[in-house]
Amino acid sequence: MSTLVRDRAPVQTSANTLRPPRKRLSRRVLLLGAAGVLWLLGFLFLHGTSTLTLPASELTDLHRSLNQFNAWVASNRADNPVFQYVFTPFRSAVDSVANLFTGTFAASSTGLRLPEIGWLGTVGLLSWIAFAVGNARVGLLTAAAFTFFGLQGLFTEAAYTFALVLTAVLFSLLIGIPLGVLSGISGRVSQVITPVLDFMQILPTFVYLAPLALIFLIGPASAVIATVIYAVPPLIRLTAHGIRNIPENTREASDSLGTTGLQRLLTLQLPLARRTIVMGVNQSTMAALSMVTIAALIAAPGLGQVVVRALQSLDVGTAVNAGLSIVLLAIVLDRVTTAASRRAEPGAARKRRISRRSRYILLAVSLVVVLVMVQLSRTMLWAAAFPKNLNFGPDIVSGVGAASEWLQTNLSLFTVSFREALTNGILNPFQSLLTETPFYLLVAVVLVAAYALGGWKLALVTASCLAAIIYLGLWSDAMVTLASTLVATAVVMVLGIIFGVAMGRSNKVDQIMRPMLDAGQTMPAFVYLVPFLGLFGATRFTAIVAGIIYAAPVAIKITADGIAAISPTVMEAAVSSGSTPWQVITKVQLPMARKSLALAANQGLIYVLAMVVVGALVGAGGLGYDVVAGFVQSSLFGKGLAAGLAIVFLGILLDRMTQAAAADPVRKIRSAKSSAH
Amino acid sequence: MRRTRQLLKRTIPVLAGTAAAALLLAGCGGASVNQAAAAGSSDTPCGTVNVALNAWVGYTANAAVYSYVAQNKLGCTVVQKDLSEQISWQGFGSGEVDVILENWGHADLTKQYITDQKVAVDAGPTGNEGHIGWYVPPWMVQKYPDILDSKNLNKYASLFATSESGGKGQVLDGDPAFVTNDEALVKNLGLDYKVVFSGSEAALIQSFRTAEKNKTPLLGYFYEPQWFLSEVPLKKVSLPAYTPGCDADAEKVACDYPDYKLNKVMAKKFADSGSPAAKLLKAFSWTNADQNSVATDIQGGMKPDAAAKKWVDAHPDVVAAWLK
Repeated sequence: MSTLVRDRAPVQTSANTLRPPRKRLSRRVLLLGAAGVLWLLGFLFLHGTSTLTLPASELTDLHRSLNQFNAWVASNRADNPVFQYVFTPFRSAVDSVANLFTGTFAASSTGLRLPEIGWLGTVGLLSWIAFAVGNARVGLLTAAAFTFFGLQGLFTEAAYTFALVLTAVLFSLLIGIPLGVLSGISGRVSQVITPVLDFMQILPTFVYLAPLALIFLIGPASAVIATVIYAVPPLIRLTAHGIRNIPENTREASDSLGTTGLQRLLTLQLPLARRTIVMGVNQSTMAALSMVTIAALIAAPGLGQVVVRALQSLDVGTAVNAGLSIVLLAIVLDRVTTAASRRAEPGAARKRRISRRSRYILLAVSLVVVLVMVQLSRTMLWAAAFPKNLNFGPDIVSGVGAASEWLQTNLSLFTVSFREALTNGILNPFQSLLTETPFYLLVAVVLVAAYALGGWKLALVTASCLAAIIYLGLWSDAMVTLASTLVATAVVMVLGIIFGVAMGRSNKVDQIMRPMLDAGQTMPAFVYLVPFLGLFGATRFTAIVAGIIYAAPVAIKITADGIAAISPTVMEAAVSSGSTPWQVITKVQLPMARKSLALAANQGLIYVLAMVVVGALVGAGGLGYDVVAGFVQSSLFGKGLAAGLAIVFLGILLDRMTQAAAADPVRKIRSAKSSAH
Repeated sequence: MRRTRQLLKRTIPVLAGTAAAALLLAGCGGASVNQAAAAGSSDTPCGTVNVALNAWVGYTANAAVYSYVAQNKLGCTVVQKDLSEQISWQGFGSGEVDVILENWGHADLTKQYITDQKVAVDAGPTGNEGHIGWYVPPWMVQKYPDILDSKNLNKYASLFATSESGGKGQVLDGDPAFVTNDEALVKNLGLDYKVVFSGSEAALIQSFRTAEKNKTPLLGYFYEPQWFLSEVPLKKVSLPAYTPGCDADAEKVACDYPDYKLNKVMAKKFADSGSPAAKLLKAFSWTNADQNSVATDIQGGMKPDAAAKKWVDAHPDVVAAWLK
């Protein structure tokens, strides 16, 4: 789940600031408190009644009717016009682009299955492009990383993954930029598109992977389309965000010169929003990379397949080796796109150390070298396929394997007692509070809380989400998932504040932490889950740990950015007035970064929710298990689809509630009215 | 405008460079090492066989040996596709999968694709026999010799309790892709247990591995043939014996799982094509021991292709019988 950037309603500084804020605050606290008391009383007296439990192997009529979907697609694929004139041409377009890139970088379909440009040419060409759009540093980084793939013995796989990610990002740009521009210009489009984007980002891929493979057939095309569905929302959101945030007076100045709509778009809006758009491209690329393991389930070639195969035999070493490549690829793509966006900033040209002219000369000279490398890689075997004797992969594999074995042998007993204590002490009581309270009571409690946080409008959204979950027949499973999600989010926030403050206060800590955070976000979960299974067993606890590893980096990054953005003058004033560092943190930095903290909580929650399905693979149960079961057993497809939808409704509910809670506490009810759209 | 110009200035050299590279490549197209060697491997009488590769090592062993024989004895081009089971079956309809090499029951898919849509046909048994059941790690049998009888399970329920099972004993289930009656079994046999879903085969194997290593109790769903049994020989708990029809009503099941005769499935089109690879598929049959030996080699780090070659070279007469 990548960034869910939404425009928050501006803080209203209107008439009712005159009213004493205390009164309003107490009303909100009162309502929330009443909801809590109602919940506890209901749990104590009505414990275990109306819990709406549905055993794992049972279905409702709704699930049975959803089961028909697959059969319907299969029987309509041949002659339905939508398939003939829309899906099939689209599929061949995607397929041919994917084949072009894989043929160029990874392997051609003919001859020795060597790529058009061998490894030496690929390393040279990509580094040169990184140098040209970014700077020499990212150019060197690219060269180092791609050579390292070769040394790992994974060059071809990495090239496949790179080619498919490139295809997916290309299609994301084609679809995302126009839609983002539209939704940035028109409020109505934005209103329609936002819930759709929520769906695309929160609906677990496992739900639509099988139907997608049925519609677009098995192979790279389906994999690319699945990736685009997941990767395009952040790009659309950020593009719209960038265009919407152009200052009103700049726009008016341009309008007063008599620009037409198109001129305004091309000369003002797109250039000014460029940095945000490049950030969207960056997010979209990261999202695309996080799909490689899942795409491997429908025969997408590349690093994901190495991970999936290694997992069959629980070969941690091989999985980590491939996971390392994925992380490196992510870091390269991230740094190159970030450098490109820096270069795009106004005024960046003046700060450069070398003149534009010498830079051009340097670029031209290095281009000639690169072209020689490309030509070599097409004519010489040693430059076409990475030399097999330069392979450190097996060493990495056995080293990591031994390390994980050691960890499991020596820490296991300690970790198990730790797990038992936390599960029995916190998770189990909290979960039974959610699953064993009658559903009608819990609905009432949540509605009162929603009203307290965001007024009638939020209460209405909440009510429809809860009604949908009940209608889908998965209330009890949803509560199991909710319990783990909330516990994980609480831990994520604690980590977010601790590390975020440390990073925001010190550049050095930031530099050390960033690569680790990137690794946490992009390393495929199953790579580290296997050793964790050894340490914590197949339990909800392991699933919560997986959620934390994936979600904590984003919360930490957002918090750190918020802390770092506090103006230095404020800090200086605080320090010079004799505050201790602890006072500065608690009295100045954290309160001033409140908005960032709220965004971190919101994002942390959404990211944890994105791991629900992965968590189900290691014992989380709940909705995630239903989704996984629906993916692998056709008789449970309907239930899996329903569970996927329930996850979406749960996500929307939590997202809107945290957003409302994050709005200014004094004017909570007012401002939330406009933000809960 | 200036900014746009700046942008153009930066992008033009990049585009020009890439275009130049492309031109250069086009100019030297004929000289590529890749193309030079292309003439060698051209069309064969057998054509292409698309083999679905499901994610467990036993299946990989079947697929490796079948692919090795088809490639080296029949000259076919074999394309292996990593797919999940359900998606492999979908591939029959769209012509992207020709062969599934080890199928565990799947009555629902059989009905949908063989009986209803008629896009797939049964290609006969693999010779392997599958057993599903409840297993415990071997150390438990030594310590509690009577644990292998399901009647004694209630005595040990507290031993198997975990943080997940709410005070009852835990039965750990695995990959949701496999058939399970465990919830009904617990209910109908009156066991003081709760089924906990681990969610994947990896989680299940790792749990058994840890249980044996640390001598912690674990009762779980497992199956053979499975490579892991050669690492840790899990012991099967005997549930009330299976009789034909005792599992007819899914909610009233109170007996053990049946023995599965594992079979192969192929696309209807592929079966009708008269390809020698289709004939080979029908004839392909071996024992659990054969599969385990190849699977263990693969598990030990051998490439599937090399493990297949090793087995084929050691069993020339079995392979000759398939090719007759």
